[in-house]
Amino acid sequence: MTALADPPRQQFQVDANRTSSDSPRRAAVRRALSNYKTARDRTGATFTDWKSARAAAATIKHEAVNHLDQYLEEFEQKFTARGGKVFWASDSKQARDYILNLAEAKGVRSIVKSKAMTGEEIHLNQALLEKGYGVVESDLGEYIQQLKGEAPYHFVFPCMHLRRDEISDLFEKELGTAKTDSPEELTMIARRVLRRAYIEADMGISGGNFIVADTGMISITENEGNARLTVGLPKIHVALIGIEKVVPRLGDLALFLPMLATAGTGQHLTGYNSMYGGPRQPGEIDGPEEFHVVFLDNHRTRLLADPEQRDALHCIRCGACLNVCPIFKNIGGHTYGTTYQGPIGSVITPHFRGLEDWKHLSGASSLCGACTETCPVGIDIHHHLLHNRRNAAAQKPAAGEQLLWKAFTFLMKRPALYRLATKFAPLGSLLHPLIARTMVDPVRSWTDTREFPAAPLHSFRAQFKAHQRAQTLASNLGGTQ
Amino acid sequence: MRVTLFVPCFIDSLYPNVGMAMVHVLERLGHTVEFPENQTCCGQPPFNSGYWDEARVVAAKQIAVFKDAEVILSGSGSCGAMFKVFYPELFHGQPMEPEAKAIAAKTWEFSEFLVNKLGVTDLGARFEGRATFHDGCHGLRELGTKLAPRELLKHVKGLELVEMGEAETCCGFGGTFAVKYPQISTAMAEVKCNSIQETQADYVISNDSSCLMQIGGWLNRNVGSIKCLHLAEVLASR
Ligand code: SF4
Repeated sequence: MTALADPPRQQFQVDANRTSSDSPRRAAVRRALSNYKTARDRTGATFTDWKSARAAAATIKHEAVNHLDQYLEEFEQKFTARGGKVFWASDSKQARDYILNLAEAKGVRSIVKSKAMTGEEIHLNQALLEKGYGVVESDLGEYIQQLKGEAPYHFVFPCMHLRRDEISDLFEKELGTAKTDSPEELTMIARRVLRRAYIEADMGISGGNFIVADTGMISITENEGNARLTVGLPKIHVALIGIEKVVPRLGDLALFLPMLATAGTGQHLTGYNSMYGGPRQPGEIDGPEEFHVVFLDNHRTRLLADPEQRDALHCIRCGACLNVCPIFKNIGGHTYGTTYQGPIGSVITPHFRGLEDWKHLSGASSLCGACTETCPVGIDIHHHLLHNRRNAAAQKPAAGEQLLWKAFTFLMKRPALYRLATKFAPLGSLLHPLIARTMVDPVRSWTDTREFPAAPLHSFRAQFKAHQRAQTLASNLGGTQ
Repeated sequence: MRVTLFVPCFIDSLYPNVGMAMVHVLERLGHTVEFPENQTCCGQPPFNSGYWDEARVVAAKQIAVFKDAEVILSGSGSCGAMFKVFYPELFHGQPMEPEAKAIAAKTWEFSEFLVNKLGVTDLGARFEGRATFHDGCHGLRELGTKLAPRELLKHVKGLELVEMGEAETCCGFGGTFAVKYPQISTAMAEVKCNSIQETQADYVISNDSSCLMQIGGWLNRNVGSIKCLHLAEVLASR
C-alpha cells in the first residue's frame, strides 16, 4: 500500500468540487429528474396503497435474502433440468474467466450485450476486448456510453447527463452520421448499427432483474426490446446476475414488476418484460442453444453476513434513491467513481471494495433521508451511511479527528467549562470579521461561500436568567400588594 | 405542564431569540418553562462523524440532566431527532438503554408538541409578511413532522404562506458535512435558496435553526433581502 492519500477519495473530492459548480449540467440533471418525479408520483398514486406495497416487497425480499442458499439452489435445480447451466462465481475474476473460457471454447467472435451493471462491476467489456472479441452494447444509453468510452452516469439512465446535441456530435464523430436534433433519428442511427450486431453476434450477454426460484426462470425488464434480441438471436447466451436478485415465487413479480417500473422510471410497467427458463427446448423455433447463468457473489455474502446492513441486498436497482438524492443531483454519477452510484452505491461499495477506501462516500451525505423515504423495498439507506461511518471510525480512527472528538467530549461533559467557552462567542463574533475568509479563519470552509451569523451580546442562558429574575420579582411584588 | 428546554449551543449563542420565543409561547399558554443549566450538546456531531463512544459520553450527560423532565422540547428538529431517534440506537444493548428510551419518549418537536400534544393551533400571533416554509430533514423524515408547523402558521394573522417547490429538499447543512464538503453543501443551499426566491417571499420560516443558519448564510451572502425566522419567533410575535 502506498503512503499517499488514497486515490478514490481524492478523485471524489476533485470531481465533486468541479461538478458541484457546473451550473448548466446540474440544472439539466435536475430538470430531467423533476420530470421523472412527476411521472413517478402519478404512477405511484395508482397503486391502491403504495405504503403496504412497500411493506410487502420488503417482507418478500427479506424472506428471499434470508434463505438465499435455499432459493438459489431451487432455481439451479429447475433451470438445469431444462438444460441450462449455472456457474457460481465467488468474485469478478471467476466470473470473467468463465465467460472468457466459454467464448474461447465455442469459437465466439462477436458478442452483443444488453444492460448489465454486473458486467460493469466485473469490468467484463474490457476483458473481452483485450482478448480480441467484438463487443457491442445494445441498450441505447449503454451504447452511447460505450462509444464515448465512459462508464454509465446512472445505473438506470446511463447517459442522462448528455444533451441531444452532444449525442449527435458523438455519432457524427464515431459513426460519421449527419448532425440531427431529432431523438427519433438518433435512435434510428443506433438501431442500424445494433441490428447488424445482433445478427453477427454468436454470443449474447445480459444481466437479469429477478431470479425466480420456484420456476427456475430469470426475468428481464427493459424498454427497448434490445434485451429480447440479445437473448433470442445469438447461439449462446450468458446472463450475469448478482445472487441477491432472487424472489421466491413467480407470483411475486406481480408486485415487483410494476413496482420497479414505477420507482425506476414512473411507468406503470416497463415496455418489455420477458421470462427465460433456459435454452431452446425441443420443438421450439427460437432461443439460444446454450443458456448459462453466472451467479455473482463478489462480496455480496459479506453484506449478507452483516445483520445490520443485510437489507441493502433487498435492492432491486430501480435507481429511485439516486433520482431523489440532492447529492447525486449536484455532483452527478461519475463523481462517485463506483459501479453503483448514489445513496445505495455509497452504502454497498465499502462492503464490496473495502471500507477504508470508500468510507468517504458515506461521509459525503447530509443524511437527509430522501433515499430511504423513496426506496420501494424499504432499505434503511441513510442510516446505513451512519453505520458505515461508525464502522470506519472503529476500524481505523482518523488520528486528527479522533483527537478533535476527544477534546469535544472533554468540553461537553464539563458544563461549567462549556458555559465559560460559550461566553467568548460574542467576542469571537466581534473579532471574526477581521480574519473572515483569510487563511487563519477557523471556519473558512463555511465563510468562503456563506455568511457566518454574529453572536448577540446576550446568550439565551443570560436572557432566560434575566427573564426568570424579572418574573420572580413581579410575582413577589404582586404578592405584597 | 412543566416543559424543559434543550437549547443547543448554536441557539444559545447565535440565536438566543429563538429560545426566548419558545419560552414566551409556552408561558402564554400557561406552562412552566425550565432550562437546566448543566445541559451542553446532544452529541450529534461526534455521532454523525462515526465516533459513537465519544457521542455516548456526551449523550449520557444529557440523559442525566434531563432525567426528571416531564416534557423535553428543542428548537432544532435535528437535536430533537438525536434525543428521540438516535439515543435509543446509540445505547442499544447498553446499560443505559432504558434511560435513553425514557428520554426519547418524552422528547417532542416544538410544533408537534403544540398541535398534537396540547391541541393548540391558534396562538393569537400576528405577523405581517409573505413567507415560505422549509422542512428540516430531521424533523420531516426522522420525526415525521409536516403538517403541524403549517397548521400553526395558517392561524397567524397577517401571514401569507406560499409553498416553495423544493420545500422538502435538503438545504445542505448536515452538520459537519457543511464544512467537510463545503462545495456540495453550498450547491445544495443554492438550489434551496433559488426555490425560496421563486416564491417571492420576504421570509423563510423553519422549525430547525441549524437549517436556517445554512439558508441564512447563503442568502445573506448572495441575496440579502430575505430574512430567516424560526417558527417560534413567528408564533411569539403579536
Ligand atoms: S436502494 Fe432502494 S431506491 Fe435505491 S436503487 Fe435499490 S431499491 Fe431502488
